[in-house]
Amino acid sequence: MLKSNRETIKQYNNKTIIGKVIKIMKSSINMNDWINKLDKSVMLKIVDRVKETSNVDTFYFDYRLNSRPGQFVMLWLPEINEKPFSIAYDTGEGFGLSIAKVGAFTEELFQKKKGERVGIRGPYGRPFWKEKDAKNVVMVGGGYGVAPLATLAEELAKEGVKVHFISGARSQDLLLFNERLKKLKVELYTTTNDGSYGTKGVVTDPLREILRQEKIDLVYCCGKEQMEKAVFDLCEEAKVNAQVSVERYMKCGIGVCGACSVDGTGAPTCQKGPVIESATLRKITEFGKYHRGGSGKKEYFK
Amino acid sequence: MADLAVNIAGLKLKNPTILASGILGVTKDSLKYAVQNGAGACVIKSISKEERKGHAAPNMHAIEGGFMNAVGYSNPGLEKAQEEFQNLSEVGAPVIASIIGQDADEFAYMAEHFLSDEFAAVEAVLSCPHTPGYGTLAGQGTPKATEEITKKVRAKTKLPLIIKVSPESQPIGEIAKAAEAAGADAITAVNTMGPGIHLDIQARKPVLHFGKGGVSGPALRPIAVRCISDIYKSVKIPIIGCGGVTCGRDAVEMFMVGASAVQIGTGVYYRGVEVFRLVSEEIKTFMEEEGFNSIKEMVGIVNN
Repeated sequence: MLKSNRETIKQYNNKTIIGKVIKIMKSSINMNDWINKLDKSVMLKIVDRVKETSNVDTFYFDYRLNSRPGQFVMLWLPEINEKPFSIAYDTGEGFGLSIAKVGAFTEELFQKKKGERVGIRGPYGRPFWKEKDAKNVVMVGGGYGVAPLATLAEELAKEGVKVHFISGARSQDLLLFNERLKKLKVELYTTTNDGSYGTKGVVTDPLREILRQEKIDLVYCCGKEQMEKAVFDLCEEAKVNAQVSVERYMKCGIGVCGACSVDGTGAPTCQKGPVIESATLRKITEFGKYHRGGSGKKEYFK
Repeated sequence: MADLAVNIAGLKLKNPTILASGILGVTKDSLKYAVQNGAGACVIKSISKEERKGHAAPNMHAIEGGFMNAVGYSNPGLEKAQEEFQNLSEVGAPVIASIIGQDADEFAYMAEHFLSDEFAAVEAVLSCPHTPGYGTLAGQGTPKATEEITKKVRAKTKLPLIIKVSPESQPIGEIAKAAEAAGADAITAVNTMGPGIHLDIQARKPVLHFGKGGVSGPALRPIAVRCISDIYKSVKIPIIGCGGVTCGRDAVEMFMVGASAVQIGTGVYYRGVEVFRLVSEEIKTFMEEEGFNSIKEMVGIVNN
């Protein structure tokens, strides 16, 4: 399409045309708005690998991802598989993924050395967001769920938001980013199930106390689903709004394949999530109960 | 006033946009989601007798001008799918079942055991290009196989029967004739093209885990339009156009060569799930400008 023609259509759509311009059919729409969309992986070198806990490593890449806390990327190992991973660090110049070795795919990934390449596409999904009036917030992170929250906490603390940060794990060796969290300007609460570090107990213990003692404007949460459900229930009781990162089995990451559609809304989590706020969470009937596997079959949380 | 309603093989649709099989459609609520966003009807993701995990990822990815996929028919299998697709009136628009089989007898088994009266119609898919044992890789794209499968499914269901054909099956008019003769009520034309291969040259590997996959989206559209045109000249039963519709003009193009409705799949990638509402609005705008009162008036005007 000629440039002049395109501009005229644009003006027409914006309803700024007055009077005697060339008549353009309303049905001539500008396909440039979508037709060049192209989601492709880029092969990126692992520039660094840092051991975080007994089974978690952070893989670093020099690439401007321009992500927001809570978003994810699809990581491709050619001839193996492609899986979604939450972004743990994004400095603007590079990013890092903190990944637990938990299955066949991650075992393959952990074979990769510095300098080797993997495919990355993204960032995808709806990130955590700031609420203008939220001046006193709680962040609840379980295991490596603390990663996106730590990035968000850094930003909010700079803007003068009071942040209570609860980090929990089963035991000390599974606690992530403890040193990173200690450097944050937040009130840090650490719990371990076995009491090997911090307070013995679970993340909902300090949360319950905070909600009782202070007026909290917003709760951010990222971790295992049952923990998230318990946190969400406490927030509902206290009538405090929450933003929760919901994990689902994802294949395409771009809202097409339907693998991560949740019951209640039917919307794909990769696009309308992973971060979902209370009003929508109330409609998601499967939250805290089940998710679906690769074939679409329901798998109940134990 | 331009009326978008269509009546196709006994199905009454508020508008001619249909969610194509394999896009969303894994769950009942995802169908509802498509309907809330304007789909006039929807096709569920294809169901096989047994549960299938499908191919490993990447099983779909974008290319210049379209999309490629090799999902490999992941689905929970007949029994679980039956539990999933109940109370379908909640969806708010006609729900079309999609069934697959490794041979005519398995198709017949699916028709007999999976289909319920809750479905508005059934689409039998004879045309997948990327799943060993099914579709064109199992020789289901020939006139003989089409006739045999259609006949056996026809014998087991009273639902309107739609046969989904491959753009690779040529001459496609003969395929459609075979389906019509065996009792099909409509044809969906077309499934994805190919299979094709797309490499990541840095990785020196095909991007799709299966190695090759079906091509969809705008790149497929001219082929789809020609196939619809050929089929329109060969049979009397209605055609549902499918292949690269992302906007109203693409749908109108398919009507003009002979389609009575269109399915949209890759368009969901390009414009989001709102694509159904947008395409309907764009069709309506065109009809009002050009003086068409109904979709029917446009059907086949190029070939009549």
